[in-house]
Amino acid sequence: MRRVTLIAVPYLWLLALFLVPFLIVLKISLSDTELAIPPYTPTLDFSAGWQGIKEFFAALDLENFEFLTTDDLYWKAYLSSLKIAAIATAFTLLVGYPIAYGMANAPDHWRPTLMMLIILPFWTSFLIRVYSWMGILSNEGYLNQFLMSIGLISEPLVILNTNIAVYIGIVYTYLPFMILPIYSALERLDASLLEAAEDLGCSRLTAFWLVTIPLSKNGIIAGCFLVFIPTLGEFVIPSLLGGSKTLMIGKVLWEEFFNNRDWPVASAVAVILLLILIIPIILFQRNEQKQREIDG
Amino acid sequence: MKKLILTTTAALALGTIAASAEEVRVYNWSDYIDEALLEKFEAETGIELIYDVFDSNEVLETKMLAGGSGYDVVVPTGTFLQRQITAGAFQKLDPTQLPNATNMWGVIQERTAKYDPDNAYSINYMWGTTGLGVNVAKVTEALGADVPMDSMDLILKPENMEKLAACGVYFLDAPTEIIPMVLQYLGEDPDSKDPDVIAKVEDVLAGVTPYVKKFHSSEYINALANGDICVAVGWSGDVLQARDRAAEAENGVEIAYNAFAEGSLMWFDQMAIPTDAPNVTGAHKFLNFIMDAQNMADASNYVYYANGNEASQPLLEDDVINDPAIYPTPETIKNLYTITPYPSKVQRVVTRLWTKIKSGT
Repeated sequence: MRRVTLIAVPYLWLLALFLVPFLIVLKISLSDTELAIPPYTPTLDFSAGWQGIKEFFAALDLENFEFLTTDDLYWKAYLSSLKIAAIATAFTLLVGYPIAYGMANAPDHWRPTLMMLIILPFWTSFLIRVYSWMGILSNEGYLNQFLMSIGLISEPLVILNTNIAVYIGIVYTYLPFMILPIYSALERLDASLLEAAEDLGCSRLTAFWLVTIPLSKNGIIAGCFLVFIPTLGEFVIPSLLGGSKTLMIGKVLWEEFFNNRDWPVASAVAVILLLILIIPIILFQRNEQKQREIDG
Repeated sequence: MKKLILTTTAALALGTIAASAEEVRVYNWSDYIDEALLEKFEAETGIELIYDVFDSNEVLETKMLAGGSGYDVVVPTGTFLQRQITAGAFQKLDPTQLPNATNMWGVIQERTAKYDPDNAYSINYMWGTTGLGVNVAKVTEALGADVPMDSMDLILKPENMEKLAACGVYFLDAPTEIIPMVLQYLGEDPDSKDPDVIAKVEDVLAGVTPYVKKFHSSEYINALANGDICVAVGWSGDVLQARDRAAEAENGVEIAYNAFAEGSLMWFDQMAIPTDAPNVTGAHKFLNFIMDAQNMADASNYVYYANGNEASQPLLEDDVINDPAIYPTPETIKNLYTITPYPSKVQRVVTRLWTKIKSGT
């Protein structure tokens, strides 16, 4: 009995927080818009009994998904989001790995402090932290003022409202999600393996490449997924830091929802976004499972 | 178990107490009221006022159409109000609870009746025009002293925009305002619902958007005031607030607002009560409070927007009632146009066009 409960809890969680919302979105994506509250039709009417339910299902169709294929905006936005998410993930890894490596090799009594420093930014609202980047990156911002005062540049660098600002925002925001799994992988690394490699004639760099990197692979994969998956649908960072040319699916979705009041098409965009995400999510789950088996 | 029952009872009791403290929830545009008025309302009525802000009609409309927003008073612009009334989002006002309605100005009531027949669902809060905010010194520096600072040429001719790009130009991120503006420039009907006519704006805007720094509907107030940008296509009172903030900061920035010589869009922000408002009586009290001549005058004196309240006019400060940027002269009023909401098929065309103009895709 206890076992059943234990298994049931995560599944109930999944059902309530993922499957039910997804089915609602899927249902709206098969509906049509209407000027009403809520702005789509049909809505499920139980008072009409069985007949009402039959009519409800008869009114659903794939029209909105067909519509998405008629305009190249949508696939371009998906592709552009994939590109931005992939590049941002790569940069986050480049910045995050050395930090995690440094933390794992720091003296034991420093580690809790370093860990605290990584987590500390979460104490401030995400929105405020992204907003403050606007103050840093704008033409009259701190970065340009600093660079101009030391004479490195004479004209302010245009960073805000470009894709560069979006990358900076994503790398900054998601860095802890990259560092923490890599750190936990590196921390468990057996130092005697590196000694053995050096005894057998590896240089420190080769040992790093042949021993440390492969043994932290699972941390790297976990970190990359934790950054890539939320970045793909990111809306706040591109809308605050990006320019009008930053094309991301989150913004397209927002426009469908708010400007066109077209909840069905917005839902269709969201359903496809989820389908795109399911592949990396499944890969991520596999990786986690493999990791557990190794540890187990 | 006993303890649990006790805490539950305590929570329920607290809940009842909390519910008995009356509150009114208002959802209004950002930078759109003198906050002292909010305190005055609370002091006069004893009702707790919860005041939230937005900066786009689209956000408000989505909340209205989703239902259950929890707000008692919201402030959509006329065109959006009309559509939301059709969707059943608002309830008719009860005139017996609004004795101050006699203060309203017939000239404006006549125009708002276009969106809300008989003004049955809404009262006018403020109205204004969409025009040009310019940093006089910077624009003169970029284009010379002869450039007309009240013409759409300034922002729709690529050769001008090319020179202005360096000092920064913002456009409202509001397709329902910019597209009619360009149609007016082209000599077309600004209220056109014909997709072929609307498509004509693309060429004009495609020539100038590379020089637009940002499409945004509220940041330009600060950006103008700080001198970060030199031109903004924006709402009259917002630009005048920027003018004031710059003057207060004494940073040497001089901002001016001009309606377009070619004709500007005239819009009306209306206060209405959602169908599912939790406190309808409180909402009426708030509307009646706003329609009080002194309160409305205080609001206009603070935000530099004209209001639809005739009785408030003698109480307005000179630099408000006598400023043609706020209360246009009768000749300028003749030059203003109004628009009606887009049907949803045309709205899709407009949004798509807007995305294309902004992102090039």
